[in-house]
Amino acid sequence: MQNMKLKLKIWKQRDASSRGRFVTYDLDGVSPEMSFVEMLAYLNEKLVLKGDEPVTFEHDCHEGICGSCGMYINGYPHGPVKGLTTCLLSMRYFKDGETIVIEPWRAKSFPVIKDLMVDRSAFDKIQQAGGFISVAVGAAPEANTIPVRKHSSDLAFDASVCIGCGACVAACKNASAMLFVSAKVSQYALLPQGRPEAKERVRDMIAEMDKQGFGSCSNTGACEAQCPKQIKLFNIARLNREYIKAL
Amino acid sequence: MNKILFSAVSKKFVMALAGLFLLIFLPVHLGINLMLLRGDPEPFNNAAHFMATFPLVKVVEILLFLAIIVHIAYGLLLQVQNWMSRPVGYSVRNKSETSAFSRFMIWTGGSVLIFLVIHFFNFYFIKLGIVEGDPENFYSVAYQLFNIPGYVILYWVCFLVLGFHLYHALQSAFQTLGLSNEFWTPLIKVISLLYAIAIPVGFAIIPLVIWLIK
Ligand code: HEM
Ligand code: SF4
Ligand code: FES
Repeated sequence: MQNMKLKLKIWKQRDASSRGRFVTYDLDGVSPEMSFVEMLAYLNEKLVLKGDEPVTFEHDCHEGICGSCGMYINGYPHGPVKGLTTCLLSMRYFKDGETIVIEPWRAKSFPVIKDLMVDRSAFDKIQQAGGFISVAVGAAPEANTIPVRKHSSDLAFDASVCIGCGACVAACKNASAMLFVSAKVSQYALLPQGRPEAKERVRDMIAEMDKQGFGSCSNTGACEAQCPKQIKLFNIARLNREYIKAL
Repeated sequence: MNKILFSAVSKKFVMALAGLFLLIFLPVHLGINLMLLRGDPEPFNNAAHFMATFPLVKVVEILLFLAIIVHIAYGLLLQVQNWMSRPVGYSVRNKSETSAFSRFMIWTGGSVLIFLVIHFFNFYFIKLGIVEGDPENFYSVAYQLFNIPGYVILYWVCFLVLGFHLYHALQSAFQTLGLSNEFWTPLIKVISLLYAIAIPVGFAIIPLVIWLIK
């Protein structure tokens, strides 16, 4: 496939307290084989060679599991393709000559650190408030020592694939973290190992979510549509049920 | 304890419960209004009288006011908090797929609120004696209002907007209360749609039928 020429409008901001602005870059020679993150690395290479300041953005695993590469691309968190993180988003989904606008996640709870990089430690705080079990469970137990229904273990697994990227918050009109919290609560609530602390967990995690300044859930479904791991809205219903049980 | 009572999730529970109460009340109100279509004012006025005086209905009336106030107060409070959760917006409009009408609840709800105020002036305040009129003859009050074309148009617009609110409201309340799963939710969405059409259409045809009969 032919290489592409792109116009990139990227948010540049020195730090949390300074004012940001868009900077436009013309980038030639983008291979459709590149991922979005590789395309930005390629841009930075060129900028550095020219002696310009590179664009700051976060990335690590390049395989959709670390959750660090989130950015808002042309009106979509992680870009326009469903079920992909920015690092797995291939440039072949973009057209030659296209203008791509790239912004950081926007939420009070995710302040900008620099350019496209935001501070997602509010998620860590929620996780620390209850996203664990406090007994040592040891190595993987023999499969049949604790019976778990197939359906429950499947649902728990589906919830556990949340990578904490924050796209749900970025997509939500309320900057709500409910999808993330519901995934973290569900992965334990569905398994016997998670039940003993289920009540404290859901209460503490919701309290921390509020404290961190995330919005509430209006059930619009934007989070589910944008989640690269396709965490389902039904998890939020389960979170609500768990919370009612814990009242 | 306060953390629990006033958490984002608890506020939505309370809102959903109050909203569900209003969702149940609407068909009852519609049932009474449909009596307007009888040529004889007696049944409607009797029903209105019954609603105004029967003790059990009084209790329900208090609950109804409570539900309206709580729903609106929490709706506004949550909305303000939600706006504050994103102090800096995006420059490209968010294109994420969302359920229809869910993003406009504050605006559709706000419009319904304006209608409610007008509605109270027209009827409830007569009962309280604040506005002049015969509280024993709401039948003729309604007929007078439906004779004003401007009022009827406003009435129709308000019910259209109410329909938008109701369509998201019903399914949203089930989700908020945790009553949602792969099996039921598609059904609940269909019921929401039917409800959101039936209620506004039911109210809206009343002035139409009255005109046609005339
Ligand atoms: C007959 C009138 C009304 C009915 C039957 C009704 C019903 C409902 C229901 C059932 C919900 C869903 C609650 C949930 O998601 O759990 C809802 C949401 C909402 N209502 Fe109403 N409502 C009415 C009037 C109003 C009014 C007057 C307002 C005024 C501000 C309002 C504002 C809202 C808002 C903002 C939401 C969305 C809340 C959110 O998800 O963040 N509603 N309504
Ligand atoms: S729920 Fe999805 S969008 Fe939200 S943090 Fe987890 S993986 Fe990311
Ligand atoms: S870089 Fe790890 S998920 Fe994208």
